[in-house]
Amino acid sequence: MLADQDRVFTNLYGMQDIGLAAARSRGHWDRTADLIARGREWIVDEVKASGLRGRGGAGFPCGLKWSFMPEATGDRPHYLVVNADESEPGTCKDREIMRHDPHTLIEGCLIAGFAMGAETGYIYIRGEYIRERELLQTAIGEAYAAGLLGADAAGSGWRFDLYCHHGAGAYICGEETALLESLEGKKGMPRMKPPFPAGAGLYGCPTTVNNVETIAVVPTILRRGADWFSGIGRPNNTGTKVYAISGHVNAPCVVEESMSIPMRELIDRHCGGVRGGWENLKAVIPGGASVPLLPKSICDDAIMDFDWLMQNKSGLGTAALIVMDQSTDVIRAIWRLSKFYKHESCGQCTPCREGTGWMMRVMERLVTGDADPAEIDMLLDVTKQVEGHTICALGDAAAWPIQGLIRHFRDEIEDRIAASPARTPLAAVA
Amino acid sequence: MNRRFATEQPESFAFTDANAEWARTQIRNYPPGRQASAVIPLLWRAQEQEGWLSRPAVETVAAMLDMPAIRAYEVATFYFMFHLHPVGSIAHIQICGTTSCMLCGAEDLVAVCHDRIASAPHQLSVCGKFSWEEVECLGACANAPMVQIGKDYFEDLTADHLTEIIDRLAGGKIPRPGSRSGRYSSEPATGLTTLAAGAGERPAESPAVRRALECGDTLFGMPQ
Ligand SMILES: Cc1cc2nc3c(=O)[nH]c(=O)nc-3n(C[C@H](O)[C@H](O)[C@H](O)COP(=O)(O)O)c2cc1C
Ligand code: SF4
Ligand code: FES
Repeated sequence: MLADQDRVFTNLYGMQDIGLAAARSRGHWDRTADLIARGREWIVDEVKASGLRGRGGAGFPCGLKWSFMPEATGDRPHYLVVNADESEPGTCKDREIMRHDPHTLIEGCLIAGFAMGAETGYIYIRGEYIRERELLQTAIGEAYAAGLLGADAAGSGWRFDLYCHHGAGAYICGEETALLESLEGKKGMPRMKPPFPAGAGLYGCPTTVNNVETIAVVPTILRRGADWFSGIGRPNNTGTKVYAISGHVNAPCVVEESMSIPMRELIDRHCGGVRGGWENLKAVIPGGASVPLLPKSICDDAIMDFDWLMQNKSGLGTAALIVMDQSTDVIRAIWRLSKFYKHESCGQCTPCREGTGWMMRVMERLVTGDADPAEIDMLLDVTKQVEGHTICALGDAAAWPIQGLIRHFRDEIEDRIAASPARTPLAAVA
Repeated sequence: MNRRFATEQPESFAFTDANAEWARTQIRNYPPGRQASAVIPLLWRAQEQEGWLSRPAVETVAAMLDMPAIRAYEVATFYFMFHLHPVGSIAHIQICGTTSCMLCGAEDLVAVCHDRIASAPHQLSVCGKFSWEEVECLGACANAPMVQIGKDYFEDLTADHLTEIIDRLAGGKIPRPGSRSGRYSSEPATGLTTLAAGAGERPAESPAVRRALECGDTLFGMPQ
C-alpha cells in the first residue's frame, strides 16, 4: 500500500485546512521559483522521465504532449487549459482535488504554464460543481494576494494569470476541442483534428489541454524527483493515482493509491470489500462509463493500470470503478449508460447521433427480453459501425460498454430473451 | 427534454446593479475582442437571478457581449443546465440517475419526486413551488445516490432523506447539504484507511458544507 508520505494529495477529504498557509505547511508552493529557474527543458524532461500519463482518460504521455508546444514567438500567445469538466460517469476525483487540495492544482498551473510558454491559464470546470468552483476561486484569490500568481508569479520572473471558467452541463465539453469551443462562447461541438490544439487551440493559438490530476501532481514530481514517481507502479504505468470506487462495495470512496494496485486489494483495503464478499461480485467497470466491463473471473487477477486493462480488452480510463454485485441486472446497468450517451451526443456526426439512439432502443428491449436472439449480433455490428467512424471518441465510448456486455454476458442476454413472453420475432422489428 | 424557449415570455430582462457589475468583471477574464467567452457565465448569472432563462435575458446577454442573438440562443439551447421554462419557485430537484447512482437506489429518489412533486419531470407541482428532473452523472458517484438542489449536493441519500429535505424546503428552511450517512466527504464510511494523521481535529463540517451554511445561498441568494 502507498504510504501516507508518498501521497500527493494529503488533504483529499478536506479534513485539514484548505487555505494557503496550511497548504504550505503540507509542502506545497515550496521553492516553486527554484523549480522554474531550472528551465523549461528540465521541467519537460523530468515530467517525461517520471512516466506521467494523462489522467483524463486517454493516458497520453504528459511530457511528450508538452513538447509538442511550439516555441513562443511573441505574436501569438500560448494557453494552458485545464480540463475540470469531470463528467465521465463513475468519476469524482478531480472534484476532491479542487475543493480540498486546490493549491496543488494552482501551483501545477503556474509550472505547466511556464513550461509551455503560456502566460494565461483557464480552468474549465463543469457547471454543476458550484461549491468546488467557489472554493477553487478562493484559493486562486489567496495565491494572487500572496504574489504566487500575476506578474513575477512566486518570485519566478514569469507572469502567469489563472482564471476559472465554467460550463453548463454537457458531457461532451470534456472532449478537449469541444471544451475549447465552449470556452470561446460557442456550442460545445468537437473540432476535426488536425489541427491539434498545440498548433491551433484556444482562439486559434497554441494550447495544451490537461486533466486536473495530471497538472496537480507535477509540482510534487519536480520536488521529489522523477525517480520517486516512476518508482511507483509498473513500467509505463507509473506514479500515484486517485481512484473513485462506487456501486456495490461496503464503503465507496475516493482514494489515492499506487498505479498498478491489484483491483481486489484496492476494493478490499479501502472499500471494505464487495457487498456480500468477493464471491458475490458480478462485474466491474474499471475506468469510468466509457470502458468495457470485466466479469468477476477477470477481476480476480485484475491490475489497475493502463496496460493490463488494455490487454484485457478494457481500459484504465479515469480509474473510476463501478462495482456490481450478483444482484445487479447487468443488462440494465449498461442500458443506462447507452441512455447517457444518447443524451450527450452533440449530434454533429450521423453515426453517433443516429447510432446512440438506435443502440439505446435495442438495449431497452434487451432489458425486457423483447427481442430476437439475432439482434444481439446486429447490435454488435452497429457498435462496430459507430466505433472509429466519428469526429470524436464519444462514438467509441458509446460502443465499448455494449461490446463488453455482449463479450462477457451474452448468455444472460440470450436467457432473458428466451424467458420473455413478449419476445418479438426479428421479422417484426427489421 | 424540451429545448425550446417557453411560449410565455416576460417583456424584458435587466441584471440587478450588482450582477451587471459582476458581469463586467467577468468579461475582463478574456482577451480583448473575445468577450463572447463570457456567455455561459453571464447566462448562468441571469438564470440565478430569475430562476430560469427567458428569451429577453438571452438577448440582453447577447447584446452585452456584442454577439448576434442567434449565437446566444444556440448556447442557451445546447447546454442542459439552462432552464428555458420556469421551474419550481422554491426548488428544482435534480436527481442523478446514471449507473452508479442507479445501482445505489436513485430510482427510489425518482419515486419520491414522482409522488411528492409531479408525475412528470419538468412539470411544476400543484403549488408551483417544486419541480424535478433526472439528470446525468453529477460527478459525486462515490456518494451515490445523490441530488443537486440549487448550488449544493445532497449525498448518500435514501428515499426518507429526500422526503425530509423536501419537507424542510416546503417549510421555508434550507436543509444542510452534504452526506446523509454521516460521512465527512468521500472517505470510506467504515473509517479512514489513509490520511488519518491530524484528521481527528477537523471542524464539524467539510469545507463545501461549511461554505453553504455560511452563505445560506443554496437556493441562489446572491453570495455575499
Ligand atoms: C466524450 C469525451 C469526454 C471527455 N471528458 C473528459 C473530462 O471530463 N475530463 C478530462 O480531463 N478529460 C476528458 N476527456 C479527455 C480529453 O479529451 C483530453 O484527452 C484530456 O483532457 C487530456 O488531458 P490529459 O492528457 O491530462 O489526460 C474526454 C474525452 C472525450 C472523448
Ligand atoms: S462522435 Fe458524437 S459527440 Fe463526438 S462529435 Fe460526433 S456526434 Fe458529436
Ligand atoms: S452516477 Fe450519480 S453522481 Fe455519478
